Amino acid sequence: MKIHEFQAKEILRRYGVATPRGLVADDPDSARRHAQELGGRCVVKAQIHAGGRGKGGGVKLAASPEEAETLAGEILGMQLVTPQTGPAGQKVRRLLIEEAVDIAHEIYLAVTHDRAAGLPLIMASRAGGMDIETVAAERPEAIVRQHFDPHLGLLAFQARAVISGLGLSGDTAKQATRLLFGLTRAYLETDASLAEINPLLVTGSGDVMALDAKMGFDDNALFRHPDIAAMRDEGEENPLEVEAGKFGLNYIKLEGSIGCMVNGAGLAMATMDIIKLYGAHPANFLDVGGSASQEAVSNAFRILVSDPAVEAVLINIFGGIARTDRIARGVVSAIETLGDVRLPVVVRLEGTNVDQGRKILEDADFDFIIAGQMADAAEKVVQAAAGGHG
Amino acid sequence: MAIWVNQDTRLLVQGITGKEGGFHALGCRAYGTEVVAGVTPGKGGQRFEGIPVFDSVAQACTETAANATMIFVPPPFAADAIMEAADAGIELIVAITEGIPVRDMLVVKSFLAGRSCRLIGPNCPGVISPGTAKIGIMPGHIHKRGHVGVISRSGTLTYEAVWQLSNIGLGQSTCVGIGGDPVNGTSFIEVLEAFRGDAETEGVIMIGEIGGSAEEEAAAWVAAHYDRPVVGFIAGRTAPAGRRMGHAGAITSGGKGTAEAKMAAMKAAGIRVVESPADLGTTMAEALG
Repeated sequence: MKIHEFQAKEILRRYGVATPRGLVADDPDSARRHAQELGGRCVVKAQIHAGGRGKGGGVKLAASPEEAETLAGEILGMQLVTPQTGPAGQKVRRLLIEEAVDIAHEIYLAVTHDRAAGLPLIMASRAGGMDIETVAAERPEAIVRQHFDPHLGLLAFQARAVISGLGLSGDTAKQATRLLFGLTRAYLETDASLAEINPLLVTGSGDVMALDAKMGFDDNALFRHPDIAAMRDEGEENPLEVEAGKFGLNYIKLEGSIGCMVNGAGLAMATMDIIKLYGAHPANFLDVGGSASQEAVSNAFRILVSDPAVEAVLINIFGGIARTDRIARGVVSAIETLGDVRLPVVVRLEGTNVDQGRKILEDADFDFIIAGQMADAAEKVVQAAAGGHG
Repeated sequence: MAIWVNQDTRLLVQGITGKEGGFHALGCRAYGTEVVAGVTPGKGGQRFEGIPVFDSVAQACTETAANATMIFVPPPFAADAIMEAADAGIELIVAITEGIPVRDMLVVKSFLAGRSCRLIGPNCPGVISPGTAKIGIMPGHIHKRGHVGVISRSGTLTYEAVWQLSNIGLGQSTCVGIGGDPVNGTSFIEVLEAFRGDAETEGVIMIGEIGGSAEEEAAAWVAAHYDRPVVGFIAGRTAPAGRRMGHAGAITSGGKGTAEAKMAAMKAAGIRVVESPADLGTTMAEALG
């Protein structure tokens, strides 16, 4: 789960991470009042769940409360396009108004899970503010990497290695060390998957603070962090994904035109891949669960066809424990309930009770296109989307 | 002779009184696995379909000499269940549970370090040695006894591969689902090592996914240590970067863990990488001649 910058900073402050003073605004008027409270000169920052906001025009410096109000009016409601949002952008519904601070130096600092090592990893670089992936690719030696034990937490000598690797000294080094301990504790105690400060700021007077912050969390651990779970902002998510989530379905909206419904994540990905091999693009990833209950199938179908980009549907179910005759009934009942489904629907059923399953589809009052193997299914659905069916 | 699961397997089911646990305990027994015990804390002394239920794994082991366990315990308690099994001396721990937090699995990994037990999963379909026994939720009847080993991070995609093999007359020695989570027990390499030591396994199908670097590491191992045919597939070529594709482990970020990089590493290791998941069976048939 992702959260907003202002929420990440709220969590990090609990762990002693210094940040500029800031207030959240939903409208230009409160932006002006907040700016006044912060001393006039401030930064107006769009709050969306994507990075690269500055480049897209979502972060602006205001010299006065009046300018903050004007900028807030411009940024609120805009479709902010950044390298991470996709071409459609993300609507800005909220701003963080933050005091402007003087910048002497910018540092990159992040904690994440290193799968290869099976340990949490600190990554830090003096090339802060930049895209760290570019730095990693072009100048890997510019990144300080330090693993630490998730049960023991960060150890003092490990912290010293990071801080000296960043070339910090004196009081700045002391402050940065405290901040680093706070960041790693926040990462571990909240079951974060990512805790990133980019940039970490060194001010003209040598103080350090988090100018920006980003946190992501292990969805599987949210049950023990109700405070963080409550920070979820459904407005930042695709509405169809939110709807699917209510039924325990795993749905991800994509850019293509073939709606897919599959049981199991691996088979769902493989189905998307084979559609592409046959020349079309999947409209979504949709896993109805390995056991594919009739109800899950029925809800999945309804959500799938409510996407206006879908031109044809491919249902690929491998009935192992799930019986294909039940799945066939789920699909037929979804179509009957919806009524007036005009999209071509290709169904590939395999596994337990497959003959009964196919018979149910054949007998239904809907012209299913029944496929045998996976390749056959992909070919048929791509043809159907291109208008080759019927 | 297959690997890990055979006629000597004495299976315990943790979470046997739950709906899933009970259903699949019976599924394993029907397939021929000797299911000797169940464990549900607080329900010791009961019987489930004739199978004795115990309060703890240690008790179950003492009473029934169980040597393997299949875990269906809900995610918040699953890590503890794995460690309890390891502590009781269970040799093979198969964790089916999906949704265990990463941090819990890191605790498990530390606890298991230095112990001789093997953990498979979590978030996996389990292990089957066709015609002999199974520990898991896979449909037994699509399998056929034979000489192809199958290793996979996914469930239903494994069934797809197995079905293709069975339909062209190629049976399987053992099929191992290692699970779709970012932190898991047994790796591709450990399964490949076991297959290398198994005279019955003449070739291996290896099914990976986007995310992590386990497939690249396995490819390097194959190049150096394995000379029987390996057919590979990577799911998720069309998945967008930064989006988790169902499995917690199936996510690419910062240009790492992409399908292209994995496929290239596997090809460089001499693995026959199929572009289409529909070609897994036929490609293995060609490879075996």
